[in-house]
Amino acid sequence: MTTPGDSAAETWPLWEVFVRSNRGLSHVHVGSLHAPDETLAVRNARDLYTRRSEGVSVWVVPAAAITTSDPDAKGAFFESPVGKNYRHASYYSKSEGVKHL
Amino acid sequence: MTSTITPDTSAAVDISVEEQQFNDLIEADSRIEPRDWMPEGYRKSLVRQISQHAHSEIIGMQPEANWITRAPSLKRKAILMAKVQDEAGHGLYLYSAAQTLGATRDDMTGALIAGKARYSSIFNYPTPTWADMGSIGWLVDGAAICNQVPLCRASYGPYGRAMVRICKEESFHQRQGFEILLELMAGTDEQRQMAQDSVNRWYWPALQMFGPPDDDSPNSAQSMAWKIKRHSNDELRQRFVNMLVPQAAVLGVTLPDPDLHFNEETQQWDLGEIDWTEFHEVLAGRGPNNAQRLQRRRDAHEEGRWVREAAAAYAAKETARKQSALTTTTEMAAS
Amino acid sequence: MTNHIETDADDHADDHGHVAVDGTVLDAELIEGPSVATPDVAEYASWLGDDSLVLAQQLGAWISRAPELEEDVALGNVGLDLIGHARSLLHYAGTASNQTEDDLAYWRTEPDFRSLHIVEQPNGDFAHTIARQFVVAHYLFELYSRLRASGDATLAAIAAKAVKEVDYHRDHSTQWVLRLAQGTDESRRRMITALSDVWPYVDEIFRDGPLIDRLEGIAVRPSSLRTAFDEAIAPVLAEAELEIPRGFVATGGGRDGIHSEHLAFLLAEMQVLTRAHPGASW
Repeated sequence: MTTPGDSAAETWPLWEVFVRSNRGLSHVHVGSLHAPDETLAVRNARDLYTRRSEGVSVWVVPAAAITTSDPDAKGAFFESPVGKNYRHASYYSKSEGVKHL
Repeated sequence: MTSTITPDTSAAVDISVEEQQFNDLIEADSRIEPRDWMPEGYRKSLVRQISQHAHSEIIGMQPEANWITRAPSLKRKAILMAKVQDEAGHGLYLYSAAQTLGATRDDMTGALIAGKARYSSIFNYPTPTWADMGSIGWLVDGAAICNQVPLCRASYGPYGRAMVRICKEESFHQRQGFEILLELMAGTDEQRQMAQDSVNRWYWPALQMFGPPDDDSPNSAQSMAWKIKRHSNDELRQRFVNMLVPQAAVLGVTLPDPDLHFNEETQQWDLGEIDWTEFHEVLAGRGPNNAQRLQRRRDAHEEGRWVREAAAAYAAKETARKQSALTTTTEMAAS
Repeated sequence: MTNHIETDADDHADDHGHVAVDGTVLDAELIEGPSVATPDVAEYASWLGDDSLVLAQQLGAWISRAPELEEDVALGNVGLDLIGHARSLLHYAGTASNQTEDDLAYWRTEPDFRSLHIVEQPNGDFAHTIARQFVVAHYLFELYSRLRASGDATLAAIAAKAVKEVDYHRDHSTQWVLRLAQGTDESRRRMITALSDVWPYVDEIFRDGPLIDRLEGIAVRPSSLRTAFDEAIAPVLAEAELEIPRGFVATGGGRDGIHSEHLAFLLAEMQVLTRAHPGASW
C-alpha cells in the first residue's frame, strides 16, 4: 500500500518529501508535493520546504514507491513487541540507584 | 463516549472497537493519522475544512499580488513577493494534508474553479490602495493567526503539522503589515489618510473572519467535539479585538467601531453590533471581487494546462526511454 | 533559525503562540562595501542592477498566474534573488551620487536606465518567459563567475553570492526548456516560437563599449563571455532538438539609455505610486 493520497489519476504524481536539517540528525517527513518527474520534484521540494534554510539534505520519493504498514493489520504487525517489557531498561527495577547502570 | 454493541454479528463489534479507539484518541488529545479508522463525518469535515483553508491561501495571493509590481520601494517589493510566495506554499502544505484523506489536488482545484468550494470570504474584497497591504497583514493575517495557532493542536496529525509549519512562517506576515501602517501613519497627510481609510474598510470584514456568532454556527459544535476546531467563533473574535486595541493605539489609527469600549468587569473590550448582511452577501457570491478571484484562478489553471501536460509527457517519454535502454542492456548482456 | 511554537498550553497568554526569535542570526540583507563607487563603477553597477531589476519586475507579474502552484513558488524565488542583486548593485551605484537604491529605481526615467533590451521583452506565455530566462540566466552565470575576481571588492562580493543563485536559475530554465521542447507538439511549437522571438536580443548582451575599456580589471568584458555562453547552451539546445534561430538582430542601445518601447510601460507601473507621493517614505 502506498502513502495515503497517492492516486494514479493525477496529471503530476504525488511525491513525499523528507528533509534533514542538520548533520547528525535523520531525515524527517515534512509533507508532499506534486511534480512531473524526480528532477523537478527535488527542486520544488527545495523551493517549498527550505526557504528559511531549513534543509541540509532533501529527499523526494514517489508516493507510489513507498510501502506502508497497513493499520488494519496493526494488530498482527505490531503485536510482537507488546508485553516484552524486558527489552526496556525500566523493567529492571532492582538496578535503580546503582551507579553507572 | 460509550459505543453501543449490537449483540449478534462480530463485524459490528469490530467497528465498535475501532470507533472506541478513535474516541479514546480524541479524548486523550492524541492524534488521528492517515488510514486510522475515522467516522465518515470526521473525514468529510476535515477535507472540507482543510481544502477551504488551502483555497483561502491560494485565492488570498491575488489581492496582494495586485501590488507587487507597484510596491513603493524595493524592500517592500521583496517583502510582498516573499509573503505571497509563502501563501502559495501554505496552500500547498494544506493541499498535501487534504490529500492524505484521499482528495486529489486536481479534484480540489476543479471544485474551486467550478465555484463549488468555499474559501475565506475576506479575499473577495479589493485592494485599491497600498495601505491595504498593511491592513491585510495586520488585520486579516492577525485574525488568521488567532484561528491558526489553536489548530496546531488539531486532532488530525497532518493538519496539525501543516499548521505548525504555517504558524512559524505567518509570524512575519502580520509584522510586515503592521510596519507598513506604522510607516504610513508617520508619513504625509495623504499617507495617514490612506492608512485610516484602509483600516475603515478592512476592520469589520476581518472580525467576520471568525465566522458567525456561536448560535448561528451549525458545524461548530461537531467540529469542536472532534477537536478539529478548538475554540468558539465568539471566543476567538474577542481575543482578537483585545489584542488589536493596544496595537491600534501604537499605530495611531482609529478602529471604526464607535461602540467599542472597555468593560471593567470582564476586563475585555466590548464590541459594537456586527452587521452580518454584507457577510452573507459576500458569502453568497455577491461580494465586490468574487467573480474576479475565481476567474483569475481559472485562467491561470487553464492557461497553464499545456505546460503541465508538456511536463507530464516529457516524464513519460523519459521513463520509456530509460526502460528501453535497460532492456537493451539486458539483451546485450544476455547475448 | 530557531523559531519555535509552543503548542501545549491551551490558555497561555500569547494567542499568537510563543514565537521565539532569539538566537536567529539574520544575514546581511544587502551586500555593502566600505567604498564609495566612482562614477564609472556606478555606471557599470547600474548596467547590471537595472538588468536584474527589470527582470525581477517581470517575474513579479507571474505570481498567482503561474501554470502550477509549485511554479508560483519557483518563479517567486528567482524574482526574489534578482531583487536582491538589484538592490545590492543599485545601492552601490547610488553611492557615487548620494542616492539610494530606491532613488535610482523609482526616480529615473528611461534614458537613464541601462538595462538590456532582452530583459524588457514582455513575459508572453510561459515559453517566452522561459526562453528569456534561459538566455539571461546563462549569461548572468558566466558574468558573475568572472566578476568574482573583480578588482572592485564590492562588485566581487556581490558576484560571489549572485553566482550561486543564478546557477540555480540556469538550471530551472534549462529543465523547462527541455520539457517544453520535448513535451507535447503544442509545447514544442511554443518553445520554438519563443526562442526565435527572444533571439534577436542576444547579440546586444555581448557588446563592449568605452566604459568597459575604462574599467579594465573591474568590469567583465561582455564579448569575452560569448564563447562560454554558446558552449553552455549548445548541449541543452541539442538535447532539446532546438536550432539556434536565424533572423533579426536588434540594434539595442540599452547601455546608452536607448530602450525598447516596453520599458516605458514597465517603469510607469513600477513607479506610479512613489511618484504620486514625492518625498514620502514607505
